[in-house]
Amino acid sequence: MASVPKANELIAGTDHKPPKTGWMDTPVEFRPGTWCYSGKSKNLEVVGLPNPREWSPIDDDWKLPENWKEIIFEGLRERIHKYRSFQLFMDICVRCGACADKCHFFIGSGDPKNMPVLRAELLRSVYRKDFTLAGKILGKMAGARELTEDVVKEWFFYFFQCTECRRCSVFCPYGIDTAEITIIGRELLNLLGLNIDWITAPVANCYMTGNHLGIQPHAFKDMIEFFVEEIEEVTGVKIEPTFNRKGAEILFITPSGDVFADPGTYTLMGYLMLFHEIGLDYTWSTYASEGGNFGLFTSHEMMKRLNSKMYAEAKRLGVKWILGGECGHMWRVINQYMDTMNGPADFLEEPVSPITGTKFENAKSTKMVHLVEFTADLIKHGKLKLDKSRNDHLKVTFHDSCNPARAMGFFEEPRYVLNNVCNHFYDMPPNTIREQTFCCGSGSGLNTDEYMEMRMRGGLPRANAVKHVHEQHGVNMLSCICAIDRAVLPPLMNYWVPGVDVTGVHELVGNALVMEGEHERTTDLRGEPLEGMEDSDNEDL
Amino acid sequence: MKIYDARYVLIGLAIFVGLFTIPFWYNMGRAVPPPDPKLDTPVIQQMAVKQCVLPLAEIRTGHMQLLNDWRTWVVRDGLRTYVAADGKTYNMSLQNTCMDCHSNKTQFCDQCHIYAGLEAGTVPYCWTCHIAPKENQ
Amino acid sequence: MGIKFSLLAVLALVLVAFLGVEAIGMNYLFGVLVPYLAFFLFLTGFIYRILKWARAPVPFRIPTTSGQQKSFSWVKQNKLDNPSTKLATVGRMALEVLLFRSLFKNTKMEFRQGPKISYQWEKWLWLAGLAFHYSFFIIVVRHLRFFMEPVPGFVHLTESLDGFLQLGLPGLYITDLLFLAAVTYLFIRRVVIPQMRYISLPADYFPLFLLFGLGVTGVLMRYFTKVDIVKVKELAMGLATLHPTVPEGIGVLFFIHLFLVSTLMAYFPFSKLMHLGGVFLSPTRNLPNDSRIRRHINPWNYPVKVHTYEEYEDDFREKMIEAGLPVEKE
Repeated sequence: MASVPKANELIAGTDHKPPKTGWMDTPVEFRPGTWCYSGKSKNLEVVGLPNPREWSPIDDDWKLPENWKEIIFEGLRERIHKYRSFQLFMDICVRCGACADKCHFFIGSGDPKNMPVLRAELLRSVYRKDFTLAGKILGKMAGARELTEDVVKEWFFYFFQCTECRRCSVFCPYGIDTAEITIIGRELLNLLGLNIDWITAPVANCYMTGNHLGIQPHAFKDMIEFFVEEIEEVTGVKIEPTFNRKGAEILFITPSGDVFADPGTYTLMGYLMLFHEIGLDYTWSTYASEGGNFGLFTSHEMMKRLNSKMYAEAKRLGVKWILGGECGHMWRVINQYMDTMNGPADFLEEPVSPITGTKFENAKSTKMVHLVEFTADLIKHGKLKLDKSRNDHLKVTFHDSCNPARAMGFFEEPRYVLNNVCNHFYDMPPNTIREQTFCCGSGSGLNTDEYMEMRMRGGLPRANAVKHVHEQHGVNMLSCICAIDRAVLPPLMNYWVPGVDVTGVHELVGNALVMEGEHERTTDLRGEPLEGMEDSDNEDL
Repeated sequence: MKIYDARYVLIGLAIFVGLFTIPFWYNMGRAVPPPDPKLDTPVIQQMAVKQCVLPLAEIRTGHMQLLNDWRTWVVRDGLRTYVAADGKTYNMSLQNTCMDCHSNKTQFCDQCHIYAGLEAGTVPYCWTCHIAPKENQ
Repeated sequence: MGIKFSLLAVLALVLVAFLGVEAIGMNYLFGVLVPYLAFFLFLTGFIYRILKWARAPVPFRIPTTSGQQKSFSWVKQNKLDNPSTKLATVGRMALEVLLFRSLFKNTKMEFRQGPKISYQWEKWLWLAGLAFHYSFFIIVVRHLRFFMEPVPGFVHLTESLDGFLQLGLPGLYITDLLFLAAVTYLFIRRVVIPQMRYISLPADYFPLFLLFGLGVTGVLMRYFTKVDIVKVKELAMGLATLHPTVPEGIGVLFFIHLFLVSTLMAYFPFSKLMHLGGVFLSPTRNLPNDSRIRRHINPWNYPVKVHTYEEYEDDFREKMIEAGLPVEKE
């Protein structure tokens, strides 16, 4: 983070006044910290993406294919006819500006092209020029412009400066969803081989090894078994998870980030403890070992290709239904795309909780249940013994992740669980949570280090709201149900609100869960002493 | 050419077209002659020069304003005499002056008022105070 | 630049109508032919645009969920912001179309150094939008008195409600004031707020000027310069009964008014004004969030190349066996 200015300096030069030159005449500037490294050709080749080559966004020559214009126009034409959403969103915006100050990147950067309306206009202007009568005749007067290489560079800059969080679409009187436009924008860019390494590498990994990090099956098993040992140390309970087991009742899939990086790993420990405690008949899969889907950030087709493993593996293992861990965009894909793309899941059964007998009516076609729903149901039926006081050293708030919030409506379930596993829960101000939640600033594949300045800018509105409850209530723990959040919120908090840590909801569940045969706990899953246990002699500390 | 969600789209379009073409359906097969206010009252027939208080074009578009002014001048200011542009004087009175010539309210006033969509019982509101002339139907 | 261009365009339209009627006397062109042509363009253009949109499928179910999803019986669903049934979706759409519910949620961001960000109450855009659209709607309904004979009761009712102040003569219609005030507000905010000005295109100013011109000519005719409305109705009825006639002696102002309306109608289907039809088709609003409950069908769903489990096992079989992971083929 050395290249990112200090928090107070970063914002000092930021105002929200647009520049003197009109937006069509203001070229983009690829400053360090505001763009992501390009996709590597070997990764493009793995999944067969077009135009693999070595290039960099700061090069003058992006080595576009010779007929690049034709490709874009053809791609645009195809998508206009395939997606009513896209065509409509190109046509009906009245530029009322309601979306303008709703974007976290605009708030944090002040760059007018980060206003959702203008981000869309970047594409609309080209659409108008070639697909509308007014644009053809009136040209610039109708808001139309020529497609040039500079325009493509601008697209690259700004479509990888949108996290597809959909906050703007909540406020749009016509429901124009910038995520749709960005998704299509990125699809078009991908046709020219314009993509970023942080997305194409996970995509290639996920395609070949089943997860973004490229963890091979034996290593995946090893890593989870490592956490089994950790759990035994904290609780004294030995857990025996199974892998690729045919005949299990349930297949559990979570983002691989939980297996790999703190603090997601503690959340993973929470999953393992919970499943053990209730005696769930479930299995992990090393083939479908990724909940996340960076295909969503590449193209609809790539999303489908990566997502296909979930149903395929469920079918192969002969499970009854699928349980999904805490992840944001994974749940957007499951809730809004999976069944349509890769269904029907007629080889599965309508999900029923084996512990409570509850039918998950809202998942009866997709046959995939969100773990937080599942846990909320367990708690509601009194199936879990919970000692809330074990989270008393934490003052917790909850970050609604964009996708479960605005592509699902998942608000009460996590809060219900949180309120049952900790005593100190404080929500952030209403304009910053639930459907109005702010993005972490690093979603949709932008959680890479070279992009740190923009991440800190984009995460500012979220951090600002956390700061509010940090100052008001002494909140020191930001909980969330998204693996990207767990990876990117710690540096964000560190930058804007030092003293606030980040956790998954099931880490807190794991802390509070009273397990059969456990020894007295003196620390939480992180090895931090529990309240009142600070002075106890504990060799493990 | 395939239309998706055809049922909803076509119903919606039918409603749209239906609403915006209401006048065509509503008036279909109906002959709607323009109003023909009658000027054949006995008093008018006896006039040598058939001239109202204002020139025709002005009285047509401005009579409501004139009547409103007359009311103000009479009721509020106590004036009774109106001097027309040609120097002729009139007693400012709806019932005694206007309706003296135009004694045929239904054949005269109402013709245009109804046609122009004014006679909703309240507009014009002359007859909420004044007594409408009795006519021989 | 956009402002000037749009203003000049509208002034040119006024001038065209003025000269056309006053200098050349093409009353029939401006009173009959142009309005017919414009109306025809409006209807066919509108239908064309809707069908064009309708020809593109909605491959995925992507409602923007703005409230609690359907969950357990003990979790209260926000049915209007996150509907899971058709009926609730109709409710959501009705609120959207009739009350601009999403716009009602609008806030204004305040950014202070520190940094400290807050979100303020901001309902003016919603209010002006609502005032403008409803005024316009009522004004259109009121105008039916020129196109229908006998004038139906609902038109009378609209008029008497609109004119309930009984102020002045002819009685003041509140919507006339509201309409002009709202259009003025929408224009001023576009010019004064720097971001708004930055994103505004001629296509945003032009309709505002056009509507303002319409409003002003209408107000002038009704309250100030006067027009012989019996003749106006004669002309309108001629159009509505397909027996067009242009009576003598209608002022030029009327023809300007009519020409601006004609322009609006002809321009409508080819512009952003199509949001009138588009709002009904928006997939983020008009679909229930039920894609986990009922399978949504994508008509162009096609098979894709995937990395199958068999291929995966082939890649890693040795390692899997060594790690004690079950395999299909030993």
